[in-house]
Amino acid sequence: MILTCIVLGLMVLSGVWTVMTRSLTRSAIGLALTSLILTVLMFQLGATMAAVFELSVCAGLITVVFISAISMTKALSHDALLQKTRDRLKRYWYLPAILLVVAAALAFVLAPRPALAAALAPAPAGEGFDALKSSLWKDRQTDIIGQIAIIFAGVTGVIVLFKERKGDKE
Amino acid sequence: MSAADAALEAFKTYWIFVILLALAGIYCIVATRNLIRVLIGMELMTKSATLLIIVGGWLSGRMALAQALVINLIVVEVVVVAVAAGIVVSLFRKNGSLDTRELRNLKG
Amino acid sequence: MPLVFVLVPLIALLAINLPLGSLGKRLGFPVAALLAFLQIGAVLAFPAAWSGPSATTVGGLKLEFAADRLSLLLLLTIGIAALASTCVARGLEAKPERGGTKFYDLVLLAMIGMNGVSLVTDFFSLYVFIEVTAVASYVLISMDKAKEGLEGAFKYLILSAIATLMMLTSIGLLMAGVGDTSFAAVAAAVHGAGGGPGGGPGGGPAWILLIAAGLFVAGLCVKGGLVPFHAWVPDAYSAAPAPASVLLAGIVTKTTGVYTLIRLSLSVFAGAFHLDWVFLVLGIATVLVGALAALWQKDMKRMLAYSSVSQVGYIVLALGAASPLGMAAAAFHLFNHAMFKGQLFVNAAAVEAQTGTRDMESLGGLGSSMPVTSWTSVVAFLSAAGIPPLSGFWSKLLIVLALWQAGHQGFAVAAILASILTLAYFLMLQRKVFFGKASEALASIKEASPWIVAPAVALALATVAIGALFPLLWNTILVQVARL
Repeated sequence: MILTCIVLGLMVLSGVWTVMTRSLTRSAIGLALTSLILTVLMFQLGATMAAVFELSVCAGLITVVFISAISMTKALSHDALLQKTRDRLKRYWYLPAILLVVAAALAFVLAPRPALAAALAPAPAGEGFDALKSSLWKDRQTDIIGQIAIIFAGVTGVIVLFKERKGDKE
Repeated sequence: MSAADAALEAFKTYWIFVILLALAGIYCIVATRNLIRVLIGMELMTKSATLLIIVGGWLSGRMALAQALVINLIVVEVVVVAVAAGIVVSLFRKNGSLDTRELRNLKG
Repeated sequence: MPLVFVLVPLIALLAINLPLGSLGKRLGFPVAALLAFLQIGAVLAFPAAWSGPSATTVGGLKLEFAADRLSLLLLLTIGIAALASTCVARGLEAKPERGGTKFYDLVLLAMIGMNGVSLVTDFFSLYVFIEVTAVASYVLISMDKAKEGLEGAFKYLILSAIATLMMLTSIGLLMAGVGDTSFAAVAAAVHGAGGGPGGGPGGGPAWILLIAAGLFVAGLCVKGGLVPFHAWVPDAYSAAPAPASVLLAGIVTKTTGVYTLIRLSLSVFAGAFHLDWVFLVLGIATVLVGALAALWQKDMKRMLAYSSVSQVGYIVLALGAASPLGMAAAAFHLFNHAMFKGQLFVNAAAVEAQTGTRDMESLGGLGSSMPVTSWTSVVAFLSAAGIPPLSGFWSKLLIVLALWQAGHQGFAVAAILASILTLAYFLMLQRKVFFGKASEALASIKEASPWIVAPAVALALATVAIGALFPLLWNTILVQVARL
């Protein structure tokens, strides 16, 4: 439990650092870091698949979205902009790889600890990927339809909002 | 202390940290003058909710369901952030700045 | 069967977006309008559905959509509002700012979201479809990329994010305390029938359920624009492009905010946790704040927005009566408000299109040059103020009756007094915009395009008809909605 508290504390601390830090880019990196620690926590609690999803999407995709938004909202010349984006992406790609290894190691170490969870709720037979698959595809089909709809909405939104037309610059 | 009580105590600990993270996110939204910071605050709030759902699943033993919910949740939130970023970038192109104080046109 | 309402718009959306060149671009309006029309028709054409068994689920594909009579009423309202909105968009289409078929895509997406909201039986699915509707709304409001629109959309976004946080936290707590997010399971837990988390020892601690319920209701109140979370409403409604405002004010806020509260009160909470007092207090506060703020407005759409806030307060007030009559009154007022408020926004669109301004100080005397708009506006605001025999009168009467019967006479009296305020600000609107002498700048205004005028006329006629036919409707529809 103590270790969990420390990890929880780390997560909140990194969240606070994300809020307080002055630079926008550091804030985005802080968000990725918070995602990472959250992933570790999720591994520890037994949510392995969701943890992987969280890592790749939140620590990965969303950080890319933020960095692109940050670079799009800086008044730079086109070439300098491209260069900066490339530099940032290069720097960024190392982080999740290293930290993924660290996270896996931590998860492996922490895995036997929550004897509490095992005692309280014996995992239903077939817990793990199969149970999740059945839960996701069979029980929550309503939500899948919602997902499809929202992805469409997002694509439409991104097309409408990011397209620059002549009348925009006023 | 029975196993159920111990788990409940653990849940309360998790709950406190979830609240702290959510508050950090809310503070970020309220106390910032930069539009992108607002989005970062939104994301922090989402993280706290994700953690809570997983912990809830752990407490009640329904981990498969909780993971399914979280996966759905992440997809939905990615879309919301993408559209929000679109709005912010469009605002920047209109106003020339990311200052929230520029959002004063609608008053009355 | 209920699945149809969500799948068909999705398929239509795909169909519009196929790369069919110029044909594809012209498909937008006909498909969207047709779908909205079909939705209205589907609900009205099956009278058996109104008095038949109360819920239908889909076999085969295990989808948790259920349609009871409350959902049917909402589906009807959604269809009507969507049809009005697409017609207004068509009427304004000659302007180059419209984004091609994008508007119709977004209307279809909003319909998918709202139809989903009316049909789901699970808290998390409710969240998913609320978000679908929300994302469609953000894009609808900011579509023109005008400063105002972007600003309004952003404010809506922020408050909506806080609402989402509250809903998700509530879902997390439900997972902890109940282990399931479906309406049935939570209802069982709330009323003490079910077991504890995951079928383990005894019931989950009561505080988890209480906080979960409170948070979810609070999130929905933000979405519905209740006081004190109404700050985003005037900005979002007035800044959105005209056809988007018709949709937003007409149905989106009501579906994601107030209908959900009615649904939860009916199917899940049913009087637990003293929710009725929460609704009474929030409701009356919303009614009064909205009405008073509306009196001070100079922008036509902003005034209509505050008026919407006020009317939504009435719906919630009716919920506070915690009786079947209260539920029926709330549902009926929701429907009526969609009609008359939608129509007022259509008129606002007409005025804005023809005169180019929304500032009521500079408008005036449009009654002679835009007679249809002016007369339909009169019908709408009389209904809103609760003047007999229009539909609004009946729903307000039911609300007051429900409150009186439940013993909340003070609230009933306050509601009646607020109706006077409603009449006051609408008279002001009518006088400033339509009566009086036309200034020189406005001397050559003509009536708006038929695509905009037609929905206004249709909605006004419907308001009159529903008011006149009310005794018939009472027995066939409303009693069924309440009994469910």
